[in-house]
Amino acid sequence: MSASIEQLSCQELVELVTDYLEGALPEAEQNSFLHHIEGCTGCREYVRQMRETIALTGRLTPADLSPEAEAALLAAFRDWKSR
Amino acid sequence: MDDAAVIAALRARDERVFEELMRMYNASLLRVAQIYVASRAVAEEVVQETWIGVLNGIDRFEGRSSLKTWIFRILTNIAKTRGQREGRTVPFSALERPDAVPEAAVDPDRFLPPDHERWPGHWATKPEPWPEERLLATETREVLERAIEELPPVQRAVISLRDVEGWSSEETRNALGVSETNQRVLLHRARSKVRQALEGYLMEAR
Repeated sequence: MSASIEQLSCQELVELVTDYLEGALPEAEQNSFLHHIEGCTGCREYVRQMRETIALTGRLTPADLSPEAEAALLAAFRDWKSR
Repeated sequence: MDDAAVIAALRARDERVFEELMRMYNASLLRVAQIYVASRAVAEEVVQETWIGVLNGIDRFEGRSSLKTWIFRILTNIAKTRGQREGRTVPFSALERPDAVPEAAVDPDRFLPPDHERWPGHWATKPEPWPEERLLATETREVLERAIEELPPVQRAVISLRDVEGWSSEETRNALGVSETNQRVLLHRARSKVRQALEGYLMEAR
């Protein structure tokens, strides 16, 4: 590992992952981030797992209102419409 | 349909558009309501009241914010009132100062101590690749759902809007009334915990 990888520890890197994925890291930090994951298999895997987590979460079905509540709302709509 | 078209359709009492709008927002409205009220049942009532408020207000809506932001503002007001009546208050810090109480994304024990002579703060136990074939299994999905349910309500709302619903950070920030930075802090906490839960499950079961 080179000296610059030592500048950003793994423990610090994991706290920057969301900023990195959101494109919110300032350029200098972004560079040390990229440099670090290039040389560190643990952190590279960590970032991959965060991406996998996001992808899996994206496959979930959103919560929904109960059918009763939805029916009640449509009834309320018709009531409102007829006013 | 853009906002103007939806507003015009609602004013014309178009039931199909109302139904579509409900389908589009109900899940997110429920998640945000649950920040302020304790039970799922009360959250459903808050969502119902919100739509009544939307119908009653649409003829007077001036379009100074997006329709979405306006709907979520109505929801937040109703949910806050209900929450207060229930004697429940959202800790100020949960929305306004999420970084006041630091939370580590990864258990500090996973790293070498800060005074380690060669590799301070580096992995002591590195994350290992997840078994691909198990990622899409029903059980993994259940672990994931449970991990999200167990998050503090504000974090749960943020990860639901961003990662389940696929909203942008700006849409999420507007719906919740939080700053960009706080939105990101909340998202980071939520995703980190969910990753940890998945890791715990996938690695233990190997």
